[in-house]
Amino acid sequence: MKVKTILLGAAVASGLFAASVSAQTIGFSQVGSEGDWRPAFSADMQSTAEEMGIELKFANAQGRQEDQLRAVRAFIAQQVDAIIIAPVVVTGWDQVLQEAKDAGIPVFLADRDVEVDDPSLFVTRISADFNLEGRLAAAWLAAESRGGCNIVELQGTVGSAPAIERNSGFMAVIDQFPAMEIVATQSGEFTTEGGKRVMEAFIKSTDNLDGICAVFAHNDNMQLGAIQAMKEAGLNPGQDVLMISVDYVPAIITAIEAGEANASVELRSAIGQFIYPVVLEYLANPTELEKWIVIPSDLHTAH
Amino acid sequence: MNQKYWPLLATITVFIALFVIGGSMYNNFLSTLVLGHILADNAFIIIAAIGTTFVILSGGIDLSVGSMIAFVGVVMAVLDSAGWHPLVTIAMMLAFGFLFGAFQGFIIDYCKIQPFIMTLAGLFILRGGCFMVTLDSVPIKHPFVKMMASTRVPLPGGGFLTTGAMVMLASLVIAIIIAHYTRFGSNVYAIGGDRESARLMGVPTRKTTVLTYATGGIYAALAGVVYALYTSSGYPLAATGAELNAIAAVVLGGTLLTGGVGLVAGTLFGGMILGLISTLIIFHGSLNSAWIMISSGILLFVFIVMHRFLIGSFGRQKLS
Repeated sequence: MKVKTILLGAAVASGLFAASVSAQTIGFSQVGSEGDWRPAFSADMQSTAEEMGIELKFANAQGRQEDQLRAVRAFIAQQVDAIIIAPVVVTGWDQVLQEAKDAGIPVFLADRDVEVDDPSLFVTRISADFNLEGRLAAAWLAAESRGGCNIVELQGTVGSAPAIERNSGFMAVIDQFPAMEIVATQSGEFTTEGGKRVMEAFIKSTDNLDGICAVFAHNDNMQLGAIQAMKEAGLNPGQDVLMISVDYVPAIITAIEAGEANASVELRSAIGQFIYPVVLEYLANPTELEKWIVIPSDLHTAH
Repeated sequence: MNQKYWPLLATITVFIALFVIGGSMYNNFLSTLVLGHILADNAFIIIAAIGTTFVILSGGIDLSVGSMIAFVGVVMAVLDSAGWHPLVTIAMMLAFGFLFGAFQGFIIDYCKIQPFIMTLAGLFILRGGCFMVTLDSVPIKHPFVKMMASTRVPLPGGGFLTTGAMVMLASLVIAIIIAHYTRFGSNVYAIGGDRESARLMGVPTRKTTVLTYATGGIYAALAGVVYALYTSSGYPLAATGAELNAIAAVVLGGTLLTGGVGLVAGTLFGGMILGLISTLIIFHGSLNSAWIMISSGILLFVFIVMHRFLIGSFGRQKLS
């Protein structure tokens, strides 16, 4: 079981490190450029490195593990000071990480995890915690509804890590409140169409959301679909029913400003400010770190 | 010097030139470590490309290579979880590759089907097969695989040869012997040069075609074994598009896509050039990864045009 720690104040500290540490060369092997989140993450890693005076070697593996292994070996040959990997898959890392270790280059993981026999092959994993996002959403809802709320849930793709973790984090908090309950839950596959379809079904099965106080969606896209379905049924999302979701994409910001959604938990893409300070501090002072450093989630509401 | 060695010479010259350019641009580039990495990281592509060389020499094409690599990997991984010894599964998968290739070759010859479409079917069947076996990446945990994967033969200057690289070099030697010193080898060149003349001269075309695709299949399966050792796992999405890289390696190595002309040894350097290009771009560190494909594409284009002028005439001489 991994110990979780929350890294607070890292953003503040990043400014200090930029001034005090001489230029370090870091290799970063990224998965690819799928979706909206990952290219934003790549761009942030590059711009933050520039701001902090880090020489970044960036390699995009285009979703192929063989390209990623090639990139990591090229970083080793170049004798970079540290390597950051956002792995394509969890398996197959033992040899190349051993080679990095033999060359005395510390490896950090961003985003996804790896399965290795020897946990000392990487220093730590720095990523967001889906479970924490679920807990944060539930905590906001508990405060907002004074601990009494019938909730409908739009789940992500069944079996995916974000869907499992956001649900279990959410459940862990609402279990503390006897008057809070999920009365209906179904998968909307993380898509706008899926969210709309599921919400239309919920509206019928609950007689126009009678007695429902909140909608929790595992991502903003499904929530946007749900808002559409509710408006078409003549309901007032954001006023009659509390709307909370995860991701904080531009479209949900507009919806929050229009009063049709109430809150969104941000899945940050600007996480270079959390990752680099950990790497730089380790390079300056190599000590054993926790195996998972959690990037804090942020909650955005209308006011 | 014999004209048939000109394309190989051009390939080797480009390889050395790229290596020296890299050395002049970056520290630590001109080293046995980088050379060892290129051999290790591209071993599976080069092995697959060696098999593809036979197929292309015979005038055909094999698109099922990448899917075969992934299929061999996932079956090895799943049977490993079921407790099978890796040597047994390796032998079984090599036999499977041979038979699958032979089947493709037989259908191509017997039904007079375009090799492109037959092996495209093979590509779909095997990739679909991967997804039937597993959807996740499955680790291979047997101590034998760990031992093979971590074995390193040191080279002077800090580099090393991995098991995959050594298997690749050994399979290259075997392929050179088959291509240039056996009756089967000369038959492949003969049917690739002119199938009808070869048949009239008494070359057993069906047997040669079946054996050619079987050779392609067993080399693709061997590439799958090396890939599975390389990552110690099986992954159904592994090596997507590897067949196209293999074809590119064959063409860069000086083999004509029309068949009948080329050398197996060229494929080694063709594959290493592709690996060298991506290493050069990754070393730079801030170039967009898209440049790997763009520069490989430009180089491929230059090579096919050059082949046209360099050996176009001697290709025809050979036929007359």
